[in-house]
Amino acid sequence: MDTFAQLAHGFVIAFSPVNLLWCLLGTTLGTAIGVLPGLGPALTIALLLPITYQVAPEASFILFAGIYYGAMYGGSTTSILLNTPGESATIVTALEGNRMARSGRGGAALATSAIGSFVAGTIGTLGVAFLAPVVVKFALSFGPAEYFSLMVLAFITVSAVLGSSAVRGLASLFIGFVVGMVGVDLQTGQPRFTFGLTQLLDGVDVIIVAVGLFAVGETLYVASRRYAGKDEIVPLKGSLYMTAQEWARSWKAWIRGAFIGFPIGAMPAGGAEIPTFLSYAIEKKLSKHKDEFGTTGAIEGVAGPEAANNASAAGVLVPMLTLGLPTSATAAIMLSAFQSYGINPGPLLFTTQGDLVWGLIASLFIANVILVILNLPLIGLWVKLLKIPAPQLYAGILVFATVGTYGISQSPIDLVVLYLLGAIGFLMRRFDFPTAPVIIGMILGPLAEAQFRRAMTIANGDWTVFFTRPLSLTLLALAFIGLLGPHIWGYVERRRLKGQEAIPGDA
Amino acid sequence: MLNRRAFLASTAAGLVAAHLAPAFAADAPQLEIFVPAAPGGGWDQTGRTIDQVLRKEGLISGSQITNVGGAGGTVGLPQFVSRYKGKGNSLMVGGMVMVGAIIANKSAVTLDQVTPIARLTGEFEALVVPAASPFKTVADFIAALKEDPTKVPVAGGSAGGSDHILFGLMAKTAGVDPTKISYVPFAGGGEALAALLGNQVAGGISGYGEFSEQVKAGALRVLAISADKRQEGIDAPTLKESGVDIELFNWRGVFAPPDVSAEDKAAMVKMMEDMTKSASWAEECKNRQWTSIPLTGEAYETFLKEDIVRIQGILKDLGLA
Repeated sequence: MDTFAQLAHGFVIAFSPVNLLWCLLGTTLGTAIGVLPGLGPALTIALLLPITYQVAPEASFILFAGIYYGAMYGGSTTSILLNTPGESATIVTALEGNRMARSGRGGAALATSAIGSFVAGTIGTLGVAFLAPVVVKFALSFGPAEYFSLMVLAFITVSAVLGSSAVRGLASLFIGFVVGMVGVDLQTGQPRFTFGLTQLLDGVDVIIVAVGLFAVGETLYVASRRYAGKDEIVPLKGSLYMTAQEWARSWKAWIRGAFIGFPIGAMPAGGAEIPTFLSYAIEKKLSKHKDEFGTTGAIEGVAGPEAANNASAAGVLVPMLTLGLPTSATAAIMLSAFQSYGINPGPLLFTTQGDLVWGLIASLFIANVILVILNLPLIGLWVKLLKIPAPQLYAGILVFATVGTYGISQSPIDLVVLYLLGAIGFLMRRFDFPTAPVIIGMILGPLAEAQFRRAMTIANGDWTVFFTRPLSLTLLALAFIGLLGPHIWGYVERRRLKGQEAIPGDA
Repeated sequence: MLNRRAFLASTAAGLVAAHLAPAFAADAPQLEIFVPAAPGGGWDQTGRTIDQVLRKEGLISGSQITNVGGAGGTVGLPQFVSRYKGKGNSLMVGGMVMVGAIIANKSAVTLDQVTPIARLTGEFEALVVPAASPFKTVADFIAALKEDPTKVPVAGGSAGGSDHILFGLMAKTAGVDPTKISYVPFAGGGEALAALLGNQVAGGISGYGEFSEQVKAGALRVLAISADKRQEGIDAPTLKESGVDIELFNWRGVFAPPDVSAEDKAAMVKMMEDMTKSASWAEECKNRQWTSIPLTGEAYETFLKEDIVRIQGILKDLGLA
């Protein structure tokens, strides 16, 4: 009951007119920067850090939280409409979302992502308020061995996005591994695949890869097919918002996405991308409309990952508020903002800074409401973008992608990388290689590698560590079932059918 | 439509920033601060705090901060050397991490090419263990390390960074082969801390600030700190007191570009001396848990040379250079 009282007190703080204004400013700013591929919430909050010298801690954290949640909403808009993900967590959204937009259901895709974000964001924030101490205990039981096993499970489940040809899918996945390895190796400090360029020492930003392969590659492909008369975009078909059937298909995906996203987001090395992959794979597996995946766009494939990324954004706040652990770039910068107030975030934060923490949590609920109110009416406006004739629209996408990429670190090398990847994306599209596995390989590959090597260092080279730790073994067993289960099941089914048929001819 | 939104967003951010800048003092000089790291990190905060304090003290009218991040500062350094050459009103933030990165990345441009102005702050490192650990003192830890270094995994930041360097130095001083130690690098302080709290590793090394709250809450125990003397509020001996003769600060300082005039250099040194003596600087350091370790002019140059030699040596021993 104590939690309720504190949360109620938090709402009193968050509902003061000034704090509401900060929340509104933050969510608006967050939505805008989420739309731009180059500007992320981490950079924006970093640039606004000097504000901590001027305003009360509650106000600035409410502003920062608004930016953080807002960016998660905004990032999906460009993913869906322009195939240009604004944030790494919305890359998966582009897969089905952009297909939907092309077949006239862009409005529904935007609506399901906004409402799904609201639902999952609310579930996630409830999780932060009521479950934080329990979740964090579970999250800490994950060591490098467990993370590696989780990655193995993720690899198995995301094979769903490999496409129809396993060889092509795997080839794409391996391109992703190579791109992901560019830069200084964290474990040894040695550069890999940098060709002597200092600009490549920090690796290639996943946003550049996604924008290059999806947006630039797509634009080149469309340009090359200009006179073939194909690839038409239908601006809008049917209702602007979701139909009853689309609601029915979305809500379960939202809930599932939220329950995948929140715990993984709370894990210190979980992140926001892995839950979106997992959610997408699960929705594809469970969907009754598998034919729509990759063709006209399946709404579940947007609803699930969008919910997952928002819930994981809430999850990230769990280790930050309960232990003072920053597990994402944005959380790290919010922590440094705590420090400029002389507040040291740590295990005692909930007790020593109760007003601040509960005010922050309450404002997250409010930010969610403001964001859904802000975003739903905008859908009609956004969808009009698709009415722009193709040459102008694609030219605009190209400008947008270029400016956004340059904005990430003002490095001309990034632009060279962007257009090289665009050319690769074009060739992949032309020869029918799926591009999504590149992104998955790029994100999961280096993570799996780092966790594997850490686990081996800690265990002193003993690889049985993955099987002797119960949690790790469980995850590997799940992966094994995921890999072989369908085949065994299929075999049993065939045997059964064959067995029945075989009896008559037996004699 | 998108572009207009983007424009509005940047204007809004600009307005907030402009609102925060106090009125310009007419006679004080304008400063250019070059931060070879992305916004938000330690160097960036150092740069922004310098700007804040100097304006508050009326030593400058304002400053322009430029961030060029990447690879421990080795992406920004060549740009600072070429673009700011001879500009007496500019400062680059840098520090021990940059010394290591230049060596490890075999950077063509080094700190020999810039003009050292002042060392400002430092963060001493701490060796911590989970509360449940059998290690009670540094001696316990060193004994276990001597027995079998591969059985004592220690978490810290990226390979070749200050945490790794300290662990290497400790092993070397104790007579343990630094190439045999089991160092587990993590990308961020949060992840390393999680590994410690989850009892995944035997110990951890990082800036004390990363651990301080967990230590207060009793989740971690400090075995020793790498400072020169005991610190107020920290119930732990220094490494030296524990019989490991090492002192290490992850220091941060400022540099002027190449080819600045002697007057400009002297003025800059004076400005940094005035700044480090001010009350507002002391307060910022306290809030941010930075230890103020000012060192200017020739003393700083000598220190820098010695530190480069020391870091080069240990990175070689660790097999990283």
